[in-house]
Amino acid sequence: MKALKKLFDNIHPYVEEGGKFHAFRSLVDGFETFAFVPNTTSRAGSVNIHDAIDSKRIMSLVVIALLPALLFGMYNVGYQNALAAGQLGNATFWGMFLYGALAVLPKIIVSYAVGLGIEFVVAQWKNEEIQEGFLVSGILIPMIVPVTCPLWILAIAVAFSVILAKEIFGGTGMNIFNPALITRAFLFFSYPSAMTGDATVWVSQDTIFGTGFAAPEACTAATPLGQAVTEGFAGFDCATIQNAITGLIPGCIGETSVIAIALGAILLLWTGVASWKIMLSVFVGGAATGYLMQAAGLTAIQWYEHLVLGGFAFGAVFMATDPVTSSRTECGKYIYGLLIGFIAVMVRVLNPGYPEGMMLAILLMNLFAPLIDYCFVQKNISMRAKRAIKK
Amino acid sequence: MASVIKLRKGLDINLKGKATKETASISCPGEYALVPDDFCGLKPKVVVKEGDAVKVGDALFVDKLHPEVKFVSPVSGTVSLVERGERRKLMSIRVQADGKQEARQFDVKGDVKSLLLESGLFGFFRQRPYDVVANPEDAPKAIFVSAFNSMPLSQDFEYVLAGQEADFQAGITALSKLAKVYLGISVKQTNAALTAAKDCEVNVFDGPAPAGNVGVQINHVSPVNKGEVVWTLGAEEVIFVGRLMNNGKVDFTRTIALAGSEVSAPKYYKMLVGQKLTTLIEGNAKVEGSRIINGNVMTGVKTTQDGFLAAHATEVNVIPEGDHADEMLGWIMPRFNTFSTHRSYFSWLFGKKKEYVMDARVKGGERHMIMSGEYDKVFPMDIYAGYLVKAIITGDIDRQEALGIYEVAPEDFAIAEFVDSSKLELQRIVREGLDILRKENA
Repeated sequence: MKALKKLFDNIHPYVEEGGKFHAFRSLVDGFETFAFVPNTTSRAGSVNIHDAIDSKRIMSLVVIALLPALLFGMYNVGYQNALAAGQLGNATFWGMFLYGALAVLPKIIVSYAVGLGIEFVVAQWKNEEIQEGFLVSGILIPMIVPVTCPLWILAIAVAFSVILAKEIFGGTGMNIFNPALITRAFLFFSYPSAMTGDATVWVSQDTIFGTGFAAPEACTAATPLGQAVTEGFAGFDCATIQNAITGLIPGCIGETSVIAIALGAILLLWTGVASWKIMLSVFVGGAATGYLMQAAGLTAIQWYEHLVLGGFAFGAVFMATDPVTSSRTECGKYIYGLLIGFIAVMVRVLNPGYPEGMMLAILLMNLFAPLIDYCFVQKNISMRAKRAIKK
Repeated sequence: MASVIKLRKGLDINLKGKATKETASISCPGEYALVPDDFCGLKPKVVVKEGDAVKVGDALFVDKLHPEVKFVSPVSGTVSLVERGERRKLMSIRVQADGKQEARQFDVKGDVKSLLLESGLFGFFRQRPYDVVANPEDAPKAIFVSAFNSMPLSQDFEYVLAGQEADFQAGITALSKLAKVYLGISVKQTNAALTAAKDCEVNVFDGPAPAGNVGVQINHVSPVNKGEVVWTLGAEEVIFVGRLMNNGKVDFTRTIALAGSEVSAPKYYKMLVGQKLTTLIEGNAKVEGSRIINGNVMTGVKTTQDGFLAAHATEVNVIPEGDHADEMLGWIMPRFNTFSTHRSYFSWLFGKKKEYVMDARVKGGERHMIMSGEYDKVFPMDIYAGYLVKAIITGDIDRQEALGIYEVAPEDFAIAEFVDSSKLELQRIVREGLDILRKENA
């Protein structure tokens, strides 16, 4: 520990202004602030003591909350592979997990390397500290893409979203749209065949480093949600719903298991990192709309099935609750959440084109969150203006 | 008994080293100083020269724009130094005390305002909007006095008040001749001089910090609208006014709380405004590696043991500086002994009774505003604190007005600044915003 501190102290002169390796200031700074809580003390004219919470800890907490879904996602990748190859009987738990991990890890590495690389460069250029926001985005992104998504496409999408959805607005805290969802939207519209439609994208069908199984033919394995929407919902039974809750269905890497997502949700709600108002109202909005749609005879999908299929639960827990892009007023959070649930189910039911509506719903509401806030803030403003006239 | 105004939002921070209810006296040696920076929004003009003899109550400097607002010497003696900084900025005026405390006698029969102006007590009045020294030409709609401070390690005014009830009441009565007086007291306070104070409207507040902030009380009792002015005065300064009314002399004796984890025996001391802190700190608190705060830990300014008691300070807090703490992996370690409002730490496990030692570290890097609703949880006014801060940062004056900047003072943001995970310097931001607004509106 002392040695590490000394190492940083020795490096400092080199990376400071005018030093030989000044170009690496943001990098060294980033590692040092992770290794040690900064020793800077508060300046005169500001409060002398501070709460120990900082954005590093908050972001790390979200990453921890994502781990159950990620680990389950790895297992599920292996499970789906074995299922597709018809080798489920021969597969072991660890074998399937290892296969999944080998399929998912390169995506995580690419996502972090590209995204954090850009973050380091921007921080250096703007002479600021590294912002931790991408720690969360970087792990979210691999979890919301199909397992077969090629790495080079992923790299382009990450670069696109970090630069155009975040950095040009001023970095974490200033962005309008959730960067992880922008990544997915970019993939979705630019490389549709790698993302959806073709039913083969959801299941990895080759061996990786000798693990897993090669599927005999290019067999189709559509997501249950896709099936339900496109095939008129035939043969949709209890077992599928059960599998959707445990997560043993094809789908994006992290979004399948409701149980794993719920574990993350509990952590986020308990620590107050995610707003319960948003989370609850997304589910309420989705359930209510699903119920109405079904009652109106527009769809055969039960209202509760909407909540467990596809990316609904994942989006509600990890995406809609992003504090930066969601509504910032407390009352606005209810409306923001309700509308996300409403729009997500609307897109699913009424749009024959794509089966999933969660991504589009959240992005659309990201755009409208400032408008919702405007209404509530304006209410406060007119209250004050009226008071001044009344006296 | 007045109705109780209950506040839910806020945060009580339980720090180690609260002052026990015991008053000690310290010697009053040599040098005193009046620091113009303690009086916000002032252009000081010195009216004495080095070597001049002054009595208690003789003016040392005045406000250039309102020369009738005088700032007077707390002691009798000789002016020893007019200290100037860069570009001749007036830093302080020092007076070498002669120990006799000869005081100028004032005629208390006449007009209250001119008496307050002449005796230097008016300089202690502050006004909303802008939280600056009050302008004597204004006709305030009310004068607000908060009789309690809810910040950690603060002075317990009820203890200070004991034995000075008559002066306090005389002060309130004098203020009531200027404008309607509102006295805000805590639900825990029982002294009849507070609960049954005459010539004022008493409002009782129940809630966590910053309930004791006069700004919060104004917001709940009679909010400041655009074009209105209210004056505020510290509770102990009301006693100053009372002493003047009863004795015809100025007496700036405060009973300050020396508190904090680095103080060996935290208790109260009788001190004069502007007194050198050396005798207070020496032997009573650890100096090496400590931060001595002139005023409260939440709102006060870092000083040294050679500093002088600030004009508005009701306590001196001493906490560890912590600049060599070298805490490892703060983002993931449990850090059991660390206080946080956040559930990712474990201070919620230990209840509200546990006392914490906190150092002056910021404990994180400054970021843009990321989390939402953090400020609102500890900001008990009908103001969107986050939006107001954003309006100040972006310099949008119309929006600042619309969002209620006239009602706030930097100190109202102290708790919000404490809990802020983005580590923005809210009090500094608000202070700068108010200064710019005042210039624009002048």
